[in-house]
Amino acid sequence: MVRATINGKVVEVEKGTTILDAANQVQVKIPTLCKHPDLISSAACGICIVKVKGSNKMLRACCTPLDNAMEIITHDPEIVSIRRTVLELILSKHPNDCLKCGRNNNCELQRLAADFGIREELFPKYLKDIPKDESTGSIVLEPPKCILCGRCVQVCQQMQDVWALSFLERGFETRISPAGDIKLGESPCVRCGQCSAHCPTGAIFEQDDTARVWEALQKPGNYCVVQIAPAVRVSIGEAFGFQPGDNFTRRLYALLRRLGFAAVFDTNFGADVTIIEEASEFVDRFKNPSPERPLPLITTCCPSWVDFMEKFHHDMIPHFSSCKSPHQILGVLSKTYYASKYNLDPARIVMVSIMPCTAKKYEITRTDEMFASGFQDIDIVLTTRELARMIKQAGIDFPSLPEEEPDHILGNYTGAGVIFGATGGVMEAALRTACFYITGQKLDRLEFSETRGLKGVKESSIEIAGTRVGIAVAHGLSNVEYVLNQVREAVKAGRPVPYHFVEVMACPGGCVGGGGQPYGVTDERRSKMSRGLYEDDLNQPIRSSHENPQVQQLYREFLGEPRSKKSESLLHVHYKARPQYRK
Amino acid sequence: MDKKYILVKDTRRAGADQTEHFAGLLAAKIQAGPAADSVQVVRAADIGFYDQGLVLKFLPAGPVYLNVSEADLDRVVSETVLGGRVLEDLAAAGTARQLRVVLRNCGVINPESLEEYIRRDGYRALSRALFEYTPEKVIEEFKKSGLRGRGGAGYPTWLKWHLTRSVPGDEKYVICNADEGDPGAYMDRSILEGDPHSVLEGMIIAGYAIGAGRGYFYIRAEYPLAIERIGKAIGQARERGLLGAGILGSNFNFEVDIRLGAGAFVCGEETALIASIEGKRGTPRPRPPYPSVSGLWGKPTSINNVETFANVPVVMTRGGDWFAGIGTEKSRGTKVFAVTGKVRNSGLVEVPMGVTLRQIVFDIGGGVRSGKKIKAVQTGGPSGGVIPESRLDTPVDYENLQKLGSIMGSGGMIVMDEDDCMVDIAKFYLGFCVEESCGKCAPCRIGTYQLLKILERISEGEGRSEDLDQMRLIAQAMQKASLCGLGQTASNPVLSTLNYFENEYREHIQAKRCRSFKCRDLLTYSIIQSKCKRCRQCFLNCPVQAISGDREVGFYIQLDKCTKCGKCFEVCKFNAIARE
Repeated sequence: MVRATINGKVVEVEKGTTILDAANQVQVKIPTLCKHPDLISSAACGICIVKVKGSNKMLRACCTPLDNAMEIITHDPEIVSIRRTVLELILSKHPNDCLKCGRNNNCELQRLAADFGIREELFPKYLKDIPKDESTGSIVLEPPKCILCGRCVQVCQQMQDVWALSFLERGFETRISPAGDIKLGESPCVRCGQCSAHCPTGAIFEQDDTARVWEALQKPGNYCVVQIAPAVRVSIGEAFGFQPGDNFTRRLYALLRRLGFAAVFDTNFGADVTIIEEASEFVDRFKNPSPERPLPLITTCCPSWVDFMEKFHHDMIPHFSSCKSPHQILGVLSKTYYASKYNLDPARIVMVSIMPCTAKKYEITRTDEMFASGFQDIDIVLTTRELARMIKQAGIDFPSLPEEEPDHILGNYTGAGVIFGATGGVMEAALRTACFYITGQKLDRLEFSETRGLKGVKESSIEIAGTRVGIAVAHGLSNVEYVLNQVREAVKAGRPVPYHFVEVMACPGGCVGGGGQPYGVTDERRSKMSRGLYEDDLNQPIRSSHENPQVQQLYREFLGEPRSKKSESLLHVHYKARPQYRK
Repeated sequence: MDKKYILVKDTRRAGADQTEHFAGLLAAKIQAGPAADSVQVVRAADIGFYDQGLVLKFLPAGPVYLNVSEADLDRVVSETVLGGRVLEDLAAAGTARQLRVVLRNCGVINPESLEEYIRRDGYRALSRALFEYTPEKVIEEFKKSGLRGRGGAGYPTWLKWHLTRSVPGDEKYVICNADEGDPGAYMDRSILEGDPHSVLEGMIIAGYAIGAGRGYFYIRAEYPLAIERIGKAIGQARERGLLGAGILGSNFNFEVDIRLGAGAFVCGEETALIASIEGKRGTPRPRPPYPSVSGLWGKPTSINNVETFANVPVVMTRGGDWFAGIGTEKSRGTKVFAVTGKVRNSGLVEVPMGVTLRQIVFDIGGGVRSGKKIKAVQTGGPSGGVIPESRLDTPVDYENLQKLGSIMGSGGMIVMDEDDCMVDIAKFYLGFCVEESCGKCAPCRIGTYQLLKILERISEGEGRSEDLDQMRLIAQAMQKASLCGLGQTASNPVLSTLNYFENEYREHIQAKRCRSFKCRDLLTYSIIQSKCKRCRQCFLNCPVQAISGDREVGFYIQLDKCTKCGKCFEVCKFNAIARE
């Protein structure tokens, strides 16, 4: 323990605690700008400076551990004046675009400027006109708004191990860009959008497709259908003052109808179908592993992960589940099964996905297989943040809406489908069904606590029919390499592979922590949202995908068996190695 | 008996270099006499004096003769070489004040010869450390010596070693910071080029003291000769068992590598330097943890400057007490300065700490070259400050310079006379920092730029009365809120000039006048008709045809065309051009 004083008051904290955190003990929240709880302090901004007695230097509270006998002063007129000057300097290189900025009212720099009562420009502005980079179709880079806090670079390099973003140039000319000054779309970027979720300003944000949705909704002859991903229901409330984790599923159904959608589906249904296909695939490999279809089976619901694997780890392609992601499955089913059952012209169906994810915008045209219905299976993807804006534009009092049911026959879901949104959820859902497929018996427990929680890599094993089944769950792309190397090393040494089944999600926390979710994600929020999903699971009368009566109906009426020829052609894909850089 | 050396160099700016010729003459005269075996004539590449005719330097301890003519050579041999008497009419003033500890071998030995280094006590310190001292005792000796880091901050060397040693861990590193980058400074370069083994020996001893197994020389790529010579020194040392496994038969193992810096000034900052060696972008990171705890590859690391290392063997051979006897109470030993600017004898000088700036500039440097009044001395490079003439009697040490708003820095010292404009000087250093800021932290990245823009405005006659307050505001924010030393000190040149020469700033802002005629935009040239002899020289030499007229009506400068280049002022033989 460390004992020191802050503003004359004694504090006692564990060794290594920063001054910033220690100050909470004396009810002081030191202002910060570049600091993010997910990340190692880069100490770039200089806002959180404090004084320490006996030194004429000031310390950065965000990254300086409190030391024994330190006497810290967190605020006096000089400190506040210097913080203000630093802020004014930062503002002198930031455009006054607030009114037309995506982060208006939700910008950390704007908030700080408001707190410091900035009323005029103390220093002349020296802005550089660097064009927007919209090349990914998912994420937009607007360098002039960047304050060089370094969060996105750390996220991209350390948290996600993608290394698409870096600092270019030096000094006053420093800017954020892919190395070599290429476009983001030509870089290794996997469009996970974590950079945008962590950006304090409007320098990185999602490609806004709301206008396209408004247009589709009003075009005569269109039959607009929509689906919502699991993670969206527990995060959309934040835009309306609710807590992360509060579940808005049924109000979302009502909302989407009122926005003008003809039918409202739930991606959770697609998740249940995914499980049927993927669990069958697993059982097949589990019983008859072969070099072409080896163990472990690795999940592929996450498009950023798929992209990352194709760019960085394509030696693992044989391990990949060929199954499409839930929203793609729902998309193709809406333009085939649903269309034929309700006698609709699939050419007129416009399918919109509401996703916590920026990479889904890219996934919908990723390969020809995304046009399996004969049309583009998903037409438009909106992130949670975009949907919140649409609700506000429409003026709908979202929280007061009545609760409604989804449209059949693609709306019913089980508890297994909804936990897809949390890290470990796909694994847990798949195990529920795989165990049944292997043993023919219902499991005596449905919860797999081993797969839950925010630990970066979760390894464990369970017993199925007398066999030990090794599982690993990784989230946050930097955690992937460890898992894959365990497999590679075992194969190289001729040992049995340590896992039978591996789940990977690109974003920390899984989809609840997705790049399209409300700004300001932290582990606390990730946990709350996951809890919301697990509660939804508990509240479902049916909690295993194979027991979903509408899924059973789908197979009975349309697909036949799991992994039938029809489902292979509609619900499955192939992978190929892709270059990290393309020109 | 120790051999004596006479360095010879023809320092004339004009004419063919006669060094070879004079050296031959002198050598022949000595060869003919009784000193043939004890005195060696050496042709120097740089002797530290410029435009002083033929210069002779007697080593290891002797006078320096300037403007020696061929006719003087006989006298030199009979009186000085054989008789040991100084010829006062030839001797340069003030050389006695210099004390060569760090530069003991520079220019004396062939830097590429290990033998010559060994002949001058080379590697005796290492062998002494390895066989007569425990690592703790080595550190103890340095505590006695009071040696402080010569890179600028003056952190006690023994303490840095002690801290690095006391962190548990098998893997530790020593780094030699040879990323010298201050404008006008070349102390480290000269040492690396002139006496590479002394730096290497210092590093090996440091490695022994802290328990490191590997050292890195971080040398900027712009120093190819230094890199080459350190590389050769490493090879020679390895061959002789002075590096590698079981050094000199002891059980101490130490290896050394060279890493090249890409010339970024900020990479002299220790955490940025480490990042650079690790292959990352050279930007600083917050401290703590200090490199002594978590440095290169996260291991305990001691980073010392070239000059610090060059001191190490001397401390070991002559003892900490001997070293502590030189200098002032808090700053022991000597310091090498690169004296440049308007001084008559620019070059490297090494003086005991505590010598005054005035002694360095006038007694050693020979005063101001132009004969004009000295205005100030700038020390410490872009992190340092300008010290006015009125403070030149301050004894040089770490604390005193800091009190004056400057720093010791690595040892750059630029002499300024009345032709130097203080706004212009501040602008120059700020411009350097704008170029060299890594861009990581906002106060430095934006603060330096905003300051530079204000200075540019002032020098262009667009200064505003509130500028000075605003500059102080920015400077304060940079000092307190910048992440590393570069940003924290980048405003020093501005603050020190503001502090001592505020009136010059006010003249620029209010009267739109630059008393040193440096700030071009504030100047106007005109022809004083009463003095003009209508020789047409201005008319003919004006590069932009801004002078019109003829011999009949006289000549006039068209102000709208004039670029204020000053050519007419320069070529007029009759002082008929007025510059205001």
